[in-house]
Amino acid sequence: MAKPAPKAASKPAPKTAAKPAPKAASKPAAKPARGKSVESDEDFALRSLQMAHEDNKRFDASDEQLLHFYEQMLLIRRFEERAGQLYGLGLIGGFCHLYIGQEAVAVGLQSALTEGLDSVITGYRDHGHMLAYGIDPNVIMAELTGRQAGISKGKGGSMHMFSTEHRFYGGHGIVGAQVPLGGGLALAHKYREDGGLCLAYFGDGAANQGQVYETFNMAALWNLPIVFVIENNGYAMGTAVKRSSAETEFYRRGTAFRIPGMDVNGMDVLEVRAAAEIAFAHVREGKGPVLMELNTYRYRGHSMSDPGKYRTREEVQDQREHNDPIERIKKELAERGKTEDEIKAIDKAIRARVAEAADFAENSPEPDPAELYTDVLVESY
Amino acid sequence: MAIMTIRDAINETIREAMRRDKDVIMLGEDIAGGAGTAGGQEAIGGIWGTSVGLVGEFGPERVIDTPISESAIIGAAAGAALAGKRPIAELMFSDFIGVCGDQLINQIAKFRYMFGGNTRCPVVVRLIYGAGMNSGAQHSQAFYNLLTAIPGLKVALPTTPADAKGLMNEALMGDDPVMFFEHKALFGKKGEVPEGLHRVPFGHARMAREGGDVTIVAFGRMVSFAEKAADALAEQGIGCDVIDPRTTSPLDEEAILDSVEQTGRLVVVDESPPRCSMATDILALVSEKAFTSLDAPPQMVTAPHSPVPFSKELERAWVPSPDAITAAVRRTLDWG
Ligand SMILES: Cc1ncc(C[n+]2csc(CCOP(=O)(O)OP(=O)(O)O)c2C)c(N)n1
Ligand SMILES: [Mg+2]
Repeated sequence: MAKPAPKAASKPAPKTAAKPAPKAASKPAAKPARGKSVESDEDFALRSLQMAHEDNKRFDASDEQLLHFYEQMLLIRRFEERAGQLYGLGLIGGFCHLYIGQEAVAVGLQSALTEGLDSVITGYRDHGHMLAYGIDPNVIMAELTGRQAGISKGKGGSMHMFSTEHRFYGGHGIVGAQVPLGGGLALAHKYREDGGLCLAYFGDGAANQGQVYETFNMAALWNLPIVFVIENNGYAMGTAVKRSSAETEFYRRGTAFRIPGMDVNGMDVLEVRAAAEIAFAHVREGKGPVLMELNTYRYRGHSMSDPGKYRTREEVQDQREHNDPIERIKKELAERGKTEDEIKAIDKAIRARVAEAADFAENSPEPDPAELYTDVLVESY
Repeated sequence: MAIMTIRDAINETIREAMRRDKDVIMLGEDIAGGAGTAGGQEAIGGIWGTSVGLVGEFGPERVIDTPISESAIIGAAAGAALAGKRPIAELMFSDFIGVCGDQLINQIAKFRYMFGGNTRCPVVVRLIYGAGMNSGAQHSQAFYNLLTAIPGLKVALPTTPADAKGLMNEALMGDDPVMFFEHKALFGKKGEVPEGLHRVPFGHARMAREGGDVTIVAFGRMVSFAEKAADALAEQGIGCDVIDPRTTSPLDEEAILDSVEQTGRLVVVDESPPRCSMATDILALVSEKAFTSLDAPPQMVTAPHSPVPFSKELERAWVPSPDAITAAVRRTLDWG
């Protein structure tokens, strides 16, 4: 691979594999700005956050923080595994998009938010983002089983989580639609001058929707406090990134709107957190939007009924074995002196927590039929 | 005649059309699926399985996996149609007309008229629709009524494998834009399909049941529900005409009016919410043109005026049921 070693090492393999080599090779080199040999100040600004990130890649977590990240990621993993099982048993129906493999993204980014101030919005692969807030797994799982105790009373389901309390604005099923909505959330932060920002997540596939670029322009034009996060997991359903995208270096896609981009290893929670600090500080200083590309990988199918023929077993296995975000931190905990027994105890506690959520979700009552007619409007029709 | 599913009937019809006519091309998200990756040429064939094998036979120049960009997919299909191609564009879920609504409503529907008859736009847009699969509020809607309201579009909604073939052939051989609605719960439905270039003209209803006491007009998946209700009622000596209009634009008014004139009783079954729906459309037609034939107030069996819920229980209650149809038929008989 022509990529420089440190970068290639920190990148998950599928992207490297999926991207054409010449492009990747030219990436870290200074951009030849319109034939000039020295880049202009403006071009520099577009890459300055990335350079800051390169200088200080990993967040210096305390033992306590590291443990917390580990627990959160593991909770997401086990929760999603259980959701997959409940789906298999017929207790969950419809669409169910698991976050397994991508845990470090939501955990790393959301750990850097200011609770109760910043807002978050995402697509349908949203269980992990809810759990990363510390929201009760019971009400998330009960939403998956479509019960009254679910966080959206069973009316929304897997794709449409929502938490007013945490300023989590959903859970959206129309690919890309959450991005302009995120622009609006940021507009509200700016208007209120509350110092908050909006974190708007979307996928590599969603990055090809037109409304994303309408929002980029507005956000840059109006200097909105928004961090756009492209979770690049390599695929949109069965379509690999290189088959859908002319520019596969997604962090560059804001360049035409003068939005600085950051290219981040989404498989290492500490790199994610470090990048988040840089991006959030930039936005909070009133310097306008940032575009972060989080390179990650989904281990499971797109949804539950994915034939999975668009990639090899080896590719998935390779990620699981060599790039797993949870194993990475587990190893680090051991290096910092956590014993095997202590780590096992954590695992056990999390399994118990997830089992409790599953029981709750299975045994909660179905919504009352009258719910068909409620919540359509604030008032009645 | 071969027995096959609606899924296979659509696949075969498109395959035959692509063999016959080089101008027929397909665009959609994941319709080839996995082509060019380690998974090989035709890993998925669309999430509905309707394009299985097509990229293998016709290649990626004619079976085009697109980015997730509905506005550009529909717009590009329409532009290619103006230039003489016959594109079939797929909206994986009809709900996504929200994303590409302008291309459908302001562009495709207007060209013929706005350009004074100087052009034609023979694009076929396949829209996969309907509730009943726990897909929630944004992946379950039946929007055929919205597009039926737009002059300049034809709207088809096949309910049998034979009609899927016949209407698709008609769409691909005609010169107008066709909105082709396929119910996701009907793909597995089996039936006989005529061999060869079977065509079903638009604007000709199918009489799914003949009974003579009550007229039931049903749309899409609701046709099978109406048949179920009619069969149950037949055992109790009540005969129902079940009319499947097959296309909502153009609409076979005559078939509906003829039946109502004979029965004097009308039940319309529609999977959409009630307001400004096909149900209200048919009621308006009958009250305007067959008012004196009516012996009882016409009944509408529709979804409630609310979004499609996720919960299985709620969704079951949301979708019109055969029991609700039976009850509506009885109301028309018990009236007065
Ligand atoms: C407007 C719209 N088009 C298509 C879909 C169907 N769909 C759902 S998810 C998806 C793939 C999205 O991929 P990506 O943005 O990469 O997110 P990921 O699933 O990988 O998290 C598609 C095509 C949709 N829900 N909405
Ligand atoms: Mg993706």
